[in-house]
Amino acid sequence: MTTTTTTDQPAPAPVPAGRPGHGPGAGTRRAGRQLHGGPVAYAVLAIFTVGSLFPLVWTAVAASRNSSRLARTPPPLWFGSNLARNLETAWTDANMGLALFNTVLVAGSVALGTVLFCTVAGFAFAKLRFRFKSVLLMLTIGTMMIPPQLGVVPLFMVVAELEWTDRLQSVVLPTLVSAFGVFFMRQYLVEALPTELIEAARVDGASSWRVVWHVVFPVARPAMAVLGMLSFVQAWNDFFWPIIALTQENPTVQVALTGLGRGYVPDQAVIMAGALLGTLPLLLAFTLFGRQIVGGIMQGAVKG
Amino acid sequence: MTTTATAAQDAGAGDEGPGGEGGTPRRGPDRGPGRAGRVRGRLHRWDVRYSPYAFVAPFFLFFAAFGLFPLLYTGWASLHRVELAAPDDMRWVGLRNYTRLLDDDFFWNALGNTFTIGVLSTVPQLLMALGLAHLLHYRLRAANFWRVALLTPYATSVAAATLVFVLLYGRDYGMVNWALGAVGIDPVDWQSGTWTSRFAVSSIVIWRWTGYNALIYLAAMRAVPDDRYEAAALDGASRWQQFRHVTVPALRPTILFTIVVSTIGATQLFGEPLLFGGAGGQKGGASHQFQTLGLYLYEQGWFFFHLGRACAVAWTMFLILLLIAAVNATVARRLRASH
Repeated sequence: MTTTTTTDQPAPAPVPAGRPGHGPGAGTRRAGRQLHGGPVAYAVLAIFTVGSLFPLVWTAVAASRNSSRLARTPPPLWFGSNLARNLETAWTDANMGLALFNTVLVAGSVALGTVLFCTVAGFAFAKLRFRFKSVLLMLTIGTMMIPPQLGVVPLFMVVAELEWTDRLQSVVLPTLVSAFGVFFMRQYLVEALPTELIEAARVDGASSWRVVWHVVFPVARPAMAVLGMLSFVQAWNDFFWPIIALTQENPTVQVALTGLGRGYVPDQAVIMAGALLGTLPLLLAFTLFGRQIVGGIMQGAVKG
Repeated sequence: MTTTATAAQDAGAGDEGPGGEGGTPRRGPDRGPGRAGRVRGRLHRWDVRYSPYAFVAPFFLFFAAFGLFPLLYTGWASLHRVELAAPDDMRWVGLRNYTRLLDDDFFWNALGNTFTIGVLSTVPQLLMALGLAHLLHYRLRAANFWRVALLTPYATSVAAATLVFVLLYGRDYGMVNWALGAVGIDPVDWQSGTWTSRFAVSSIVIWRWTGYNALIYLAAMRAVPDDRYEAAALDGASRWQQFRHVTVPALRPTILFTIVVSTIGATQLFGEPLLFGGAGGQKGGASHQFQTLGLYLYEQGWFFFHLGRACAVAWTMFLILLLIAAVNATVARRLRASH
């Protein structure tokens, strides 16, 4: 992989224009960035892009065929005419309508809760002074090491005790906060929120809550949007806990798909139609907000 | 939205003891001097002192309820005999769940599979991500298109991705075998083979996470200061040497971070092998050839109804993770010392 990049020899980069204020050595920018990608770089990226997108495109191809055509070689490479019928079957058989509604509800509440709780907590860690602050922050980061899967058995017992099996709150509540989110918001607010702004609001007699509402939230909006999208994607795709806490009676999309996929005589084309239904909303969001999501992940990566 | 926020915050404030009342914010501004002013001053002091706790309280309350308590209770329950039918009926058995675990060949099998599939998926994934990040770090046309396209699998759920790969890896009509046949290789029974099935499961993980890790590396590469490259270039370092001696060392913390995250993910691997196995997927294949610890836990608890043993599996996984974290910390310290 990496050796291929060394063999390509792009033309010497032109002296970069713009980007002023780069210090005394402003003429030479970051070496890696400065170089243009050569044909080999594009070729390798293209191969990986095809590899990334092909399974998704083929899901749609398979969903537009019928199962007997899928059980033949060569496999179909282009779309057929059965898409509408397969979508309809998946919709009724796997309870996809209810599943989609549930998933939107779950992922929406999780995203909203995560954003609100993590923003206020991140603000406190970034800008307020209180005792035990550093201990609590270390504790928060430490919790990222604990995989949520470890608590499934007692969580299941609690849910069973409360008779919440098949109720959506059993999926929403355990994922309503995230240590990553707190840390992400803290790192953003440390730099983005000028302390003078808070002090000015305080001098004007604003309480902490008003500061949060009128100063922190507006400043934090870009990071809140990113965290909201990331939590939404994660909640939408969550699998292990929902499959234990919910049944096919009141499923999320992932639970419904599992039901489709584990039948004894599965209709492959219908399964693919179900997979398509469950993935399409996120793919749509990706084509619309892809840049922001990418930016958010990269931002979280540098600072995390 | 407003109501949820304030209600939750009020709840948080209420839990903070004496400061709770002081945190109540929506009090009209008191214009009168004297007593009212003193009250206001006191409220303000309380507000400044205690609201930070109210702000962080929701996180810790939820974490305590749905993170810490279950973890500790799992440890407690793992010392009992608990059946799925009557979760309240717990009988103390000491360490028997653990000793039975260590006697069970399927446990060791699952542990080995988790390790194997973890290595098979993590190592190529991170190496490819590093290479891709290096490419994305060039000045490229349509830079954002490449990034979004490579990240798209991240938006695909485990369930959807695995179901597609099951078809692609089909023995008789799968596209992979068809493509292999086109270059003269005999069809492979991806699902029943020991190594082929592990490879297939790993490839699903690789597909979903390579782009994500590439973006994390890319972000770290962009943070490397220019002057290091300038110095290396002045010393006559080729681009490969710059990559090896400037980029990779600068990325060390990030690389360690992704190794930890991928390892945690690999230890918990569940959805891919479950669905790759089709009906009866919790077994991880006819001869348990790709049953992971996650599947084993699920099978113990929800197919054999032994919740106590499932808890013992969970705690064993936790101990393994602690071990990995300790090893990782040691390695990180060594690297830092040697650098």
